[in-house]
Amino acid sequence: MSALLELRDVEARYGPVKALHGVSLSVEEGSIVAVLGANGAGKTTILRAISNTVRRSGDIVFAGRRLGRAGPDAVMRLGIAHVPEGRGIFRELSVWDNLRLGAYVRRDRAAVAADAERMLGHFPWIARRRGQAAGTLSGGEQQMLALARALMGRPRLLLLDEPSLGLAPLVVREIFRILAELNERDGLTALVVEQNASVALRVSQSACVLEVGRVVLAGPSTELREHDAVRRSYLGY
Amino acid sequence: MALAAFSWQELAQQVVSGLASGGIYASLALALVLIYRATRVINFAQGELATLTTFVAWSLTNHGLNKWVAFPLTLLIAFAGGVALERVVIRPVERAPVLTVVMLTIGLLIGLNGLTAWIWGGETRSFPSLFSTGTVDVGGVAVSYADIGVIGVTLGAVGLISLFFRFTKLGLGMRAVAANPETSPLVGIRVGWMLALGWGLAATLGALSGILVAPTVFLEPNMMQAILLYAFAAAILGGLESPLGAVVGGLLLGVILNLAGRYVPEVGGESRLAVALAVILIVLTIRPSGLFGRTVGRRV
Repeated sequence: MSALLELRDVEARYGPVKALHGVSLSVEEGSIVAVLGANGAGKTTILRAISNTVRRSGDIVFAGRRLGRAGPDAVMRLGIAHVPEGRGIFRELSVWDNLRLGAYVRRDRAAVAADAERMLGHFPWIARRRGQAAGTLSGGEQQMLALARALMGRPRLLLLDEPSLGLAPLVVREIFRILAELNERDGLTALVVEQNASVALRVSQSACVLEVGRVVLAGPSTELREHDAVRRSYLGY
Repeated sequence: MALAAFSWQELAQQVVSGLASGGIYASLALALVLIYRATRVINFAQGELATLTTFVAWSLTNHGLNKWVAFPLTLLIAFAGGVALERVVIRPVERAPVLTVVMLTIGLLIGLNGLTAWIWGGETRSFPSLFSTGTVDVGGVAVSYADIGVIGVTLGAVGLISLFFRFTKLGLGMRAVAANPETSPLVGIRVGWMLALGWGLAATLGALSGILVAPTVFLEPNMMQAILLYAFAAAILGGLESPLGAVVGGLLLGVILNLAGRYVPEVGGESRLAVALAVILIVLTIRPSGLFGRTVGRRV
């Protein structure tokens, strides 16, 4: 099976500060891959390197094609939806406008309308609050809206940055339940960056652990769950 | 000087003609707000751009083109010019600090002013009005066709723009960029083109205000400088963040200036500018975010 996304020796820097020191990883089509690591390990930067919102070098190949110098909007048009750190909600716009923006580049109106209906199936509260400014939603609702927005673009690959950040455990479970459901039913492919290792390792098929800008451990999630170092550092038992 | 005898009819007349000049301030103020919302830049060249395009309209009519053809054509030219200006002049400094861009627009102000004077000369010209002269009686109040026309055209333009923002995909994209420029490219929006489009729309609104004001103030290279100050006052009064505020602020300012000019003996002609500056000062002191602006802490 060939990988949908492959990173080879990717480096990235913020000004003089190097955040990734040669990261390689691959994401198989139809799988969820989790990236674990502490704060500042470079998890967010991996996603930003893929969507080209940080200065990077090295090879990133998506669906057999090098991403090269394609800007973030072009990367999105290729089929990669990035839900950024902090969710990237359009706070002043209505909930519905936020959802519609996910389909901004699509021309197939009827299918977009059908997808919007599907999203309302996953997140029924959106229908009730469609006219409300998105900035007034709770953190969990904003995260779900960001997820729904990304899915509205029918991405081949979803990049999800710390979906659990600042959310109550119940909400986190709900978000990952939906993610798992989309993965099983629709074959959604996702690269999920997450500090909450236990929930991320349950949903993902494979995972890697990042430390100071390097991949120090990678493998099937079931194996990583049993790995001593992972258990000590990230699962806490 | 004694206060002139007061009559309700005259008050109504003053309000209507205030609304007409206010409509002109409103369209220029809206132009300022469109660019400010998207980029946090006050475009000081907005007035000179309007003057330049009004001269283009003058040249077109002078070459025998019917004004109903020449004026819409001018608006198209202004749109294209605004887009081109953003792509060529502003784009290279897109990532520069806001102050740099503001300085650049001040440079543009001076440059465009010189260009206009160089091409068309400094003399004052008369400019054809879109509307016929004469007045119509509305409930005992004589209202000029020109005033009705200016109010109608500006409200129409504002209405069209708000429909564009609300109901088109491009409008949605532009609102998205104004709300969150960082996330916008992640949903596939080409941010640079949205900014250029904003400049195009702003230049079009400016051209409209120039065409509407030129018949009364006469066409000359410095024509819009006072109008730009009024537009600033209007935008600040309404709230720099708010398109609706710009329109309401413009209309309100027009009425305030007209009433002050008529009923306050010390105010007239040039000192109207002082009233506008006083409005700016008072708003900034009492309610810095303007009538329709929201005071929100900016996220850094």
